[in-house]
Amino acid sequence: MTTVITVPPSLDDETFEQVFEQVAAVSADQKVLIDARHTRWSSPYGLTALLAVGQSRGEQAAFTGPEAEDTASYWARAGFYRHASEIFEMHGKVPRTREATAESNVLLEITDVARSDDVHTVVERIQSRAQAILVHELHLDPQATMRFAMTLSEVCQNIVEHAGQGGWVAVQTYQYRKRLGRRAVVIAVCDAGLGFRRSLESTPGWKPRDRWDDAAALEDALVRGVSRYRDPGRGQGLAGVRRFVGKWDGKLSIRSGTARITIVPEWDDAVPLKEGLPHFPGAQVQITIPERVTPG
Amino acid sequence: MTHHNIDVGSVLRRTVCDLYSNLVTRPTGAAVRKEIEVVLSGLDQPSLTVIDFSQVGLLDFSCADEVVGKLLDGVRRQVIVTDAYVLVRGVRDDHIDAIDAVMQRYDQAVIVEGEDGAWHVVGPLDEPMRRVLDEVQRCGRAATWELAAAVERPASDVEASLDGLLARRLVMREDDSYVSLQSVM
Repeated sequence: MTTVITVPPSLDDETFEQVFEQVAAVSADQKVLIDARHTRWSSPYGLTALLAVGQSRGEQAAFTGPEAEDTASYWARAGFYRHASEIFEMHGKVPRTREATAESNVLLEITDVARSDDVHTVVERIQSRAQAILVHELHLDPQATMRFAMTLSEVCQNIVEHAGQGGWVAVQTYQYRKRLGRRAVVIAVCDAGLGFRRSLESTPGWKPRDRWDDAAALEDALVRGVSRYRDPGRGQGLAGVRRFVGKWDGKLSIRSGTARITIVPEWDDAVPLKEGLPHFPGAQVQITIPERVTPG
Repeated sequence: MTHHNIDVGSVLRRTVCDLYSNLVTRPTGAAVRKEIEVVLSGLDQPSLTVIDFSQVGLLDFSCADEVVGKLLDGVRRQVIVTDAYVLVRGVRDDHIDAIDAVMQRYDQAVIVEGEDGAWHVVGPLDEPMRRVLDEVQRCGRAATWELAAAVERPASDVEASLDGLLARRLVMREDDSYVSLQSVM
């Protein structure tokens, strides 16, 4: 029996919880059909997390994409279908993927990350476009470009070092009307691999604490800079990302397992640590950096 | 004293990929560090090596840990070579962000030349040590009593600071004097 997973009309990190909830209720070895026919919009998080859902299934999931042509065409240009066709059993109309005409707001189309070389590719690609968009359109400090690429490099390396399998990254700018009323650049990095708790549990000699769950693992990694490696230099990548995001008044959220930790800026009202979410493997990261508003 | 310059950008292109200009990912950093360690271990001792980042695009935290953190930790603990000193030059502000984060983790410090051409200490160093180091760098070479007079502190305090700077390999000792690394470049 195939279970239909209904994708909401507007897909972002909050509404994606509806997808996770439906997916968590179906055993991984059972067939699911991801039904996005009525979806009209998706953030980069939504697109990369959909791929992670496909990756998480033991029995290959089926997928049917948006009926709205402009939405389907946009997803194709963002690179979604190229990856989706490798993961899902595709149903319905599949737009042709064209290499040309990249969207002006897509800094980095959906790119798979599995090896260190992929991180080099991501960084090389983003640098060529980031300067123009971050500095001239989002009015960030000119030095932000390099730090932005560092941030991207570190979050992508989390996949390579901790996921145990590949994942996806995408970077876009869009008008973030809902909360900000201004533009923002969004990085989404999603995988369905080990996740933070299992990664930290693989530390040699690791023993569980009194309170040990996905939320505790996320706090250890993001707040305390704990890594599964013993080297003193380990665990600073996410700490550095957190510092940069804070400097830009940005938002950083990491979902893993049943918890999500968020570094919440003033303009947002997210819960800093949310527990008891529907279980989903791996890690799903979103970084939102708003357009800088110059005083006066 | 043996002097040696290492262009990290060239090492990166030679050892990892001739198309790369960014120092990102741990495997890349580890490959570059190992190449530098081979060079350091072949130098006559004592040695002063200047590691030049001017041809490096991006330096992320992971690579900064591999190339700067682990390298300097090995130099300090004398597991790579027994008597080596290291300066870093050609770094931009974003490189310094990454190097500083690494130095904090190791509780170490390194002297770097920034974009402005000035030398800075990057990493944690208490204020008395910082003042003594500034004075050694200003003089180029000075005895303990001269430094004590300059920073207006008892000689015993200054000696303690100098011991800390020697342990961090931020100054050299020659006979009864302390010498800045830059002065022997």
